[in-house]
Amino acid sequence: MKLIALGQDKTCTAVLMALAAVTFIIPFCNLVFPADSPLHFSAYTVSVLGKYLTFALLGLSLDLVWGYCGILALGHGAFFALGGYAMGMYLMRQIGTRGVYGDPLLPDFMVFLNWKELPWYWHGFDHFGFALLMVVLAPGALAFVFGWLAFRSRVTGVYLSIMTQALTYALLLAFFRNEMGFGGNNGLTDFKDLLGFNIQSEAVRAVLLMLSGMALIAAFLLCRWLVNTKLGRVVTAIRDQESRVRFLGYRVEMFKLWIFVFAAMLAGIAGALYVPQVGIINPSEFSPLNSLEIVIWVAMGGRGTLYGAIIGAVLVNYGKTVLTGLLPEIWLFTLGAVFIVVTVLLPDGIVGLMRRRLQGQQA
Amino acid sequence: MNSLPLIRHFKWLAVLMLVCSLAAHGGQDTAVAHPWLDALDGLKQGSMPEREQAIIKLGDIKDSRNLGILQALLDGKLFIAKADARLLIATDNHQGFDARDALSGETLGAMGHDAITKINLTNKMRGTLRKIIGQLELTADDPAVRLAAVKAMAKAADEKDLALLRARAEQEQDGDVRQAINVALLLRDMDSDDKAVRVMAIEALKAYNSQDVANRLNAMVEKDENGEFLEADADIRNLAKASLININARLQWYSAIETVFFGLSLGAVLVLAAIGLAITFGVMGVINMAHGELMMLGAYTTYVMQQLMPNYLGVSLLLSIPAAFVISALVGIAIERGIIRFLYGRPLETLLATFGVSLILQQSVRSIFSPLNRSVATPEWMSGSWQINDFLSLTWNRFYILVFCLLVFVMLLQILKRTKLGLEVRAVAQNRKMARAMGIPTDKVDAMTFGLGSGIAGVAGVALSQITNVGPNLGQAYIVDSFMVVVFGGVGNLLGTLVAGFSLGIANKFLEPFAGAVLAKILVLVFIILFIQKRPRGLFPQKGRAADS
Repeated sequence: MKLIALGQDKTCTAVLMALAAVTFIIPFCNLVFPADSPLHFSAYTVSVLGKYLTFALLGLSLDLVWGYCGILALGHGAFFALGGYAMGMYLMRQIGTRGVYGDPLLPDFMVFLNWKELPWYWHGFDHFGFALLMVVLAPGALAFVFGWLAFRSRVTGVYLSIMTQALTYALLLAFFRNEMGFGGNNGLTDFKDLLGFNIQSEAVRAVLLMLSGMALIAAFLLCRWLVNTKLGRVVTAIRDQESRVRFLGYRVEMFKLWIFVFAAMLAGIAGALYVPQVGIINPSEFSPLNSLEIVIWVAMGGRGTLYGAIIGAVLVNYGKTVLTGLLPEIWLFTLGAVFIVVTVLLPDGIVGLMRRRLQGQQA
Repeated sequence: MNSLPLIRHFKWLAVLMLVCSLAAHGGQDTAVAHPWLDALDGLKQGSMPEREQAIIKLGDIKDSRNLGILQALLDGKLFIAKADARLLIATDNHQGFDARDALSGETLGAMGHDAITKINLTNKMRGTLRKIIGQLELTADDPAVRLAAVKAMAKAADEKDLALLRARAEQEQDGDVRQAINVALLLRDMDSDDKAVRVMAIEALKAYNSQDVANRLNAMVEKDENGEFLEADADIRNLAKASLININARLQWYSAIETVFFGLSLGAVLVLAAIGLAITFGVMGVINMAHGELMMLGAYTTYVMQQLMPNYLGVSLLLSIPAAFVISALVGIAIERGIIRFLYGRPLETLLATFGVSLILQQSVRSIFSPLNRSVATPEWMSGSWQINDFLSLTWNRFYILVFCLLVFVMLLQILKRTKLGLEVRAVAQNRKMARAMGIPTDKVDAMTFGLGSGIAGVAGVALSQITNVGPNLGQAYIVDSFMVVVFGGVGNLLGTLVAGFSLGIANKFLEPFAGAVLAKILVLVFIILFIQKRPRGLFPQKGRAADS
């Protein structure tokens, strides 16, 4: 335990430092130095890094449920997408009359579908505060209902994983339908403004990167504090010996539910930060493959460590960006190989590998 | 010994035909006295009325070649050779005409535009010709031709046609054709001036499953734009309403049967997809996310087999079944030996590792065969549908898949129940350590079990190739569904998988008319998610010690 704590602290500090650097220095350099300066970071770097940071936040939230509570959620992407849709709806309302059809009330796709009025669930999204509320409430509510049903009837292990996958699959099918009123196949896109600032501008991009980084650091510290509280200890105990914890008198399902809902909300926030940076949200975010990719980030980084999820998310996505750019065919081979290698050879991920190294040096 | 007189009969008929045709050939130049040749000569005459008379005459003469000649005439393919005034049937091949003698059928080779004259028709003659062809077809040997003729004739029948139909009804042997004739005659009776005849016709019609009858009765009870009933007589209208209720009840009944059939066929696909999974997941406790890709391999095997022997669709399909089984089973065994055996007892890790395998398999197929969908042809005996009556027709490919699914299920059950492998599989599933203590090579059994489950996935892929396009994403589309079926039925229970697959298929198809295909699927998914909350171990939970693990 001592060794783990040692490794954790060192690596943990390093990860935090790196995060802080990315969060504050890169946007600063991007905005302050001119384009030909060696210290300048391009807009592309900024937007890609911003994306990675939201993914890292998403991975972090999954690590909380999988790494600490032992719930392998294969539908975690659904919460991310819901948060994204909530933000997307706000951004859609900000377009106003600048759409292709110029309708003052309805978004383009509704005009296209010949809808006459705004569906009731779109009301309120003109207000940023309300949208922010929905960013956490929508995924939270879904997680609450699903978790309440599932944990109360003690659906565990593989069954739970498959159920969560079915959940996101059902949502994928639902959001593909035009009748749902979320833009169907195309999703929500063509965003213009965020709080009155042009979403395409470099400054807004840099600020979004900064916000993502700050959200990630805050969430990381919060999660770290959380897993060390008594509640966190109980949750970890549930992962290791569920029945024993129950026999000790703890209401296991309540702890699980709490952590599941909290993680879903974090995922929602990640989604809300992701959407303005990529400029689109569509139903493919619900696809089961996306949720499985999140799992592999966490597995590769090392689950049950929190910062491992961050390392994994950034590394895998960096690999994805590089490989899909160079050799698109290779990417799925690589991802598949990563799945196999990590599960068979590296059950504790990269963090576990580093710990073993440290252990070897000390011994 | 019933057949003897018939054979004798045929003999005489053959002799007679021989004599006739000899006479026809021999007398081509001089047979002014032969009425058939006389009538044919009439076709060559210049004046239209004479030509029409000749057509009518031809219709009254029995000769097996009549139908072909008249059809050619109607299609504008009947010509007169300028050289010897012979009648020719010729088809345009863009450079000239491929001609054959209309009487003897002898091929005459290519002929130029200027060597022949087309026999022209007026619209009135075409109408007459169509009728006569219909009458000739009514006596054709093929029941399908007769049925088509009856239907064509019923559309605009005059008194002469009706007489023909009535006469035909007496001697018609084929049930479908007789029914079609009866419907046509009764529909005609409804136009009668005599109320009693109409009443009888409506009463009689309600027994028939015919779309024409339903349309006709529906038309009788509707109003025109002035609010007047199309049928003036209230008694008749009420009768028609009563008959319609009768017919509609049957229509609903048949459409329910059809829905159940569609549901069963969808269920069969689900069962085929899930049953291999039920072995690997249910019996071995291994989550194989690459199961869908093993199905995809089976489907691609079918495609490759078909490319290898493009001229033998049926044979290649039948050969694909063992080939797909072997290929998928080998890949499955490789997965088990290479990856899964290191992960026993860690189901969540197995899930992730096999998912990696599925990505690699998908991308391999994409690299080898291109990312585009490949279409696999369906052999003739599997295409088309089985038309039971106007209201009910079942497609053959779905029917065969249903049968195939049951066959595979029974065979699998027999393998598990009666073979040594099955015994060992069950023993290992129940208690691994004890089985090993009894001398069962658990490693080998694991590999064989996984191979069996994977092989069945391949076989399922062969079936899938017959109903959907074969593409790299084929497996992904079924993976969530097949897991649902296994979980819903109860893990470790093959019969549960069968029941679950069929009930989910039927539920899906019954929801579809109200909710649409996608929403129906969502509803079924939500239902299963809720169902698992109530009964976490499925419809047929495992009992006893094995259930605790």
